[in-house]
Amino acid sequence: MAKVPLPKEKWSGAITSTAMGDGGVRLGGAKGMPFLSFEDPDLPLPLLAGEVVDDLEDFPSIVLDFFGEDAEDPASWAQRWRGMGADLVCLRLLSTDPDRRDSSPEEAAAVAKSVADATGMPLIVYGCGLPEKDAAVMEAVSGALAGHRSILAYVEEDSYKKISSAAMANKHAVLAFSNLDINLAKQMNILLSDFGVQREDIVMDPLMAPLGMGLEYSYSVNERITLAALNGDRMLQVPMVCDASQAWQVRDCAEDEEGMGDPVERSAWWEFGTALAALLSGADMLIVRGPYAMQLIRGAIEDLGGGA
Amino acid sequence: MPTAIEYFKFLPKTNCGECGHPTCLAFAMQLANQKASLDECPYVDEEAKRTLQESNAPPVKGVTVGAGDGSLRMGEETVLYRHERRFVNPTAYAVAIPDILPEAELRELARSYLDMSFERVGMVFDLDMFAVFNASGDAERLRAAAESLVGMCSKPLMLIGAGAEDLRPAAEAIRESRPLLYAADEDNVSPMAALAAELGLPLALRDGTLDGMAGLVEAARKEGAEDLVLDLGSDSMKHILESNTVARKVSLRRSFKGLGYPLMNLVGSGEEGMMMAMLSTMKYGSLVVFDSLEPQQALPLMTLRQNIYTDPQVPIQVKEDLYPVNGPGEDSPLLFTTNFSLTYFTVRADIEKSRIPVWLQVVDTEGLSVLTAYAANKFGHEHVAAALEASSALERTSGPVVTPGMVAKMSGKLEEALGRKVLVGPMESGSLPKFLKNLGV
Ligand code: SF4
Repeated sequence: MAKVPLPKEKWSGAITSTAMGDGGVRLGGAKGMPFLSFEDPDLPLPLLAGEVVDDLEDFPSIVLDFFGEDAEDPASWAQRWRGMGADLVCLRLLSTDPDRRDSSPEEAAAVAKSVADATGMPLIVYGCGLPEKDAAVMEAVSGALAGHRSILAYVEEDSYKKISSAAMANKHAVLAFSNLDINLAKQMNILLSDFGVQREDIVMDPLMAPLGMGLEYSYSVNERITLAALNGDRMLQVPMVCDASQAWQVRDCAEDEEGMGDPVERSAWWEFGTALAALLSGADMLIVRGPYAMQLIRGAIEDLGGGA
Repeated sequence: MPTAIEYFKFLPKTNCGECGHPTCLAFAMQLANQKASLDECPYVDEEAKRTLQESNAPPVKGVTVGAGDGSLRMGEETVLYRHERRFVNPTAYAVAIPDILPEAELRELARSYLDMSFERVGMVFDLDMFAVFNASGDAERLRAAAESLVGMCSKPLMLIGAGAEDLRPAAEAIRESRPLLYAADEDNVSPMAALAAELGLPLALRDGTLDGMAGLVEAARKEGAEDLVLDLGSDSMKHILESNTVARKVSLRRSFKGLGYPLMNLVGSGEEGMMMAMLSTMKYGSLVVFDSLEPQQALPLMTLRQNIYTDPQVPIQVKEDLYPVNGPGEDSPLLFTTNFSLTYFTVRADIEKSRIPVWLQVVDTEGLSVLTAYAANKFGHEHVAAALEASSALERTSGPVVTPGMVAKMSGKLEEALGRKVLVGPMESGSLPKFLKNLGV
């Protein structure tokens, strides 16, 4: 009988692997294209971070209805995620926004600590998106999470020094953000290396555009980054984080509209589709908002990563 | 494609000139450049022609299913990764219709699927095929069901039955509609392939192993069946990903010849079905068949297909210019946004949704989105004014200028610079339809 040859690539590079939290969780480490067990027989499974916010204004009711009272308290919310199989918590300190509660860096850091203490899970922590405020917040968060290796998000080309320094001070990793472009992603990693951040402490976010809003651009940028990394480009060999929760920004995700079926299930598929595209194009970690989507994505990872 | 040297090997090397070229080598070079046809040389034998045609074959064969308006093209893919070149023929989605249903119910079920259609970014998304399934075990019922569906719509059909004799009456009856026959496996490949060859219809082959499938392809071709679609099994996501990837990769690299056909997956329904369908859409599936599909599943799935099959050459930046949306006139409002195409597409889609005529000015922000561009000093009132000046936008309309809500801060200065009333639009593009309606123009 005809024998079909296995088209195994000889990759010259691999994604760095780094321990998170108290060391029990490993991020990165892929040695082949996503989930191809004939390229890498013991492929590492991508990690899932469940999203928690500390200010519920404008947050989708579908998610809030599910978490109920636990959504009022970030530590309780994070514990629910742990029960659902999340590997990390993505904590967004939205309350630090001057247009919201304008909470102080110390208050924010206390929230981060409460989440880490309650769950033992590593965190990826975001501020409110204003560079000045975020720098102060991340400095406080870095100290509060000392000894519990987490990811501080995020740094950009024109504002990276303060947050990178804060991360280095306590051996946290930083999330390097770039705008949908392989060259910008690489440049960002070079910038951080030149600044003194170790390659093992860099995690990148090349912007995962959600389903229906440019997903195809991200899918291809991610694939190109993954291929370049495996082909030996050291400056792209850092773990990739994709934010699937952005799916909720798309109108059709959760809108209740005639003819479009149940919005609760639809929103789960919207986020799942975004997540699966991210996983198949090289994501090493995902940020997930919806509980039903989390369950679907966990199932997909277990199936795709299962033994031969 | 054979090279000039490969062609040359098969030519008589007599340089007789009858082909219109001075030498056999000159002719071979024109052949390699696709500027001549092999028939022009009277001295090439049939055997040589066949060999050359084989190496001329595309890496993934194109197969047509259905006829007329609704016909579908599958396969013909040339790349593994979509950034290299556009994926060619989008994944088709089919739903199963059991022939055991009474005629009225069968038509009602089909009708409900035909009605499941969505409009998104100016495109209509809907299901592509029906898979009529011989649940009754009675070949005549399958024929009746197939005829009933052909009478209802122009969607191509797939006929699912256990063997050639179960499929024959239906296949003969709707032969003109070019249904896909499903499926030949190792037990029935000869009669199935013979039926497909006799009626000139496309045939699906089913085998869960790559080696087994390669054997089936050979067996089917021996019977004369050439238009094949391969079902490598859908036991798990892992199986689909790895089987489809290997089949596609060895075909594109030409390291193995026998698997260069469109691929299909029967995914069932529910959660597992959707997960496998999304995977197959991204990983080389040409046809996905569901037992059933709900609208809340179909919309995200079809959006995914649209995204993945988009031409990657479309630049991520839109050209700075004035774009008419919904046919604007002399007093239509003038909106502006950045040239980051994701932003532009979103804003444009929301304006289209409102059906209100608008002039949309794109400002070159080097591909940055609204807030990022504003923060980076690339989307200030002076940039907007310069872009409006360059496109003579203010001469086209006397309507109000509207800033995106996120950059409301510039409205005062922009009003000064333009000498025109400037309104502040909504923070989110999604609120544009409501905003435009309230504008009352
Ligand atoms: S007709 Fe054939 S044999 Fe004669 S020159 Fe052309 S290629 Fe050569």
